[in-house]
Amino acid sequence: MSPVLLFWLAGSGLIGLSVYGLIVNPHPLCKLLALNLLGSGVFLLFGVIARRGASAGLGGDPVPQALVITGIVVAFSATAIAVALLLRLHSEAGEASIDEEEDGQP
Amino acid sequence: METAFDIVLALLLLGVGGWSVIARNMMTAVIVFIAYGLLLSLAWVRLHAIDVSLTEAAIGSGATGLLMVIAAHKVAGDTKRVVQLSRGFHALAAVFAALVAIGIAALAFVLPGEPVSLAAPVLARLPESGLGNPVAGVLFVFRSFDTLLEKVVLLLALTGVWALARDEDWGGVPGLRLFPERHSVLGLLARTLPPIGFVFAIYMTWAGADVPGGAFQGGTVLAAMWILVMVAGVRKAPRVSSPLLRLAIVTGPVVFLLIGFLGFLTPGAFLAYPEGFAKPLIVAMEIALTLSIAVILGLLIAGPPKGEDAP
Repeated sequence: MSPVLLFWLAGSGLIGLSVYGLIVNPHPLCKLLALNLLGSGVFLLFGVIARRGASAGLGGDPVPQALVITGIVVAFSATAIAVALLLRLHSEAGEASIDEEEDGQP
Repeated sequence: METAFDIVLALLLLGVGGWSVIARNMMTAVIVFIAYGLLLSLAWVRLHAIDVSLTEAAIGSGATGLLMVIAAHKVAGDTKRVVQLSRGFHALAAVFAALVAIGIAALAFVLPGEPVSLAAPVLARLPESGLGNPVAGVLFVFRSFDTLLEKVVLLLALTGVWALARDEDWGGVPGLRLFPERHSVLGLLARTLPPIGFVFAIYMTWAGADVPGGAFQGGTVLAAMWILVMVAGVRKAPRVSSPLLRLAIVTGPVVFLLIGFLGFLTPGAFLAYPEGFAKPLIVAMEIALTLSIAVILGLLIAGPPKGEDAP
């Protein structure tokens, strides 16, 4: 089995796992973590595509690789904002939750 | 042998990734996620993408992990309103997720037979820039507009994080939790590691033109050193209203933009480099960017400014 196919399968498995986590984990931080995992799975697919494009003596196509580097940085920026929002919500409401129930209800 | 290694790595990725999804304790999930990021950077090495591997280890695993550890610590007590989902809903979600995974996995078998590659065109024009690392070439020559916008995204993220400060805390010091015991392991590390990290970061930035590395990876190492120094209380975090700090934040993007506009003068296009001056300009840009990235990353992790008496 070629590493290309293997890592493609791993990437799609990771996307599946994180979609599951994104749906069932109720806490926003867990959702954020699953979202990061989802992103890394998609990046891995990109890496496989880059590896398939290995030619001219390079081990991989540098263009998708550069795109993934930019993607990792942008994902980090989004995570930083999300964490700051979550912590602000936590300090305002005493708990970070995306549950729609209003305070005061049992 | 290599195939066996790849199979073990792929299984580990799935296992560790799955663990961080189903872990009961949030802190466990986050720490497992950091381990997952390091495993993933190994996978990137196996895919012959060393630059991505370094970025994944530094940002995807290290910086993101650190952010999440801080957050997980602060929200550790959140259990009051955890939604209880029914078993049927879990099963439904699992089926949906499995379908997504199978669908994407199946794409592997319908990919067009002849892989498309831009490796040859990149290599053909790379010598004109004087760079030796094709990925750095793509980042700073062929797709430099992307890279410019990426730095602006970092700036915007920092603006967003700062905007979440309470009005009365504005202009203060980032609310990083400090552990200022002088005679602790942390205190010792904060005094001995930074010089090494500093040299390593400069090397990574400088070498990034020809071998894997670059401004981003170097900047992240610098940011890590800075966080270490701040958390151990060796140096206080700066006030976010400090003009010097603001200058450090915008230096990278401003130098990038200036060099971009310089392109209008000589070759006649935005972000085009004058002939023969590409490499010195790119290196100047990378040095300015390393400083800004280090400061921005450090501040993003340190969080919004917080008053002394804030909870």
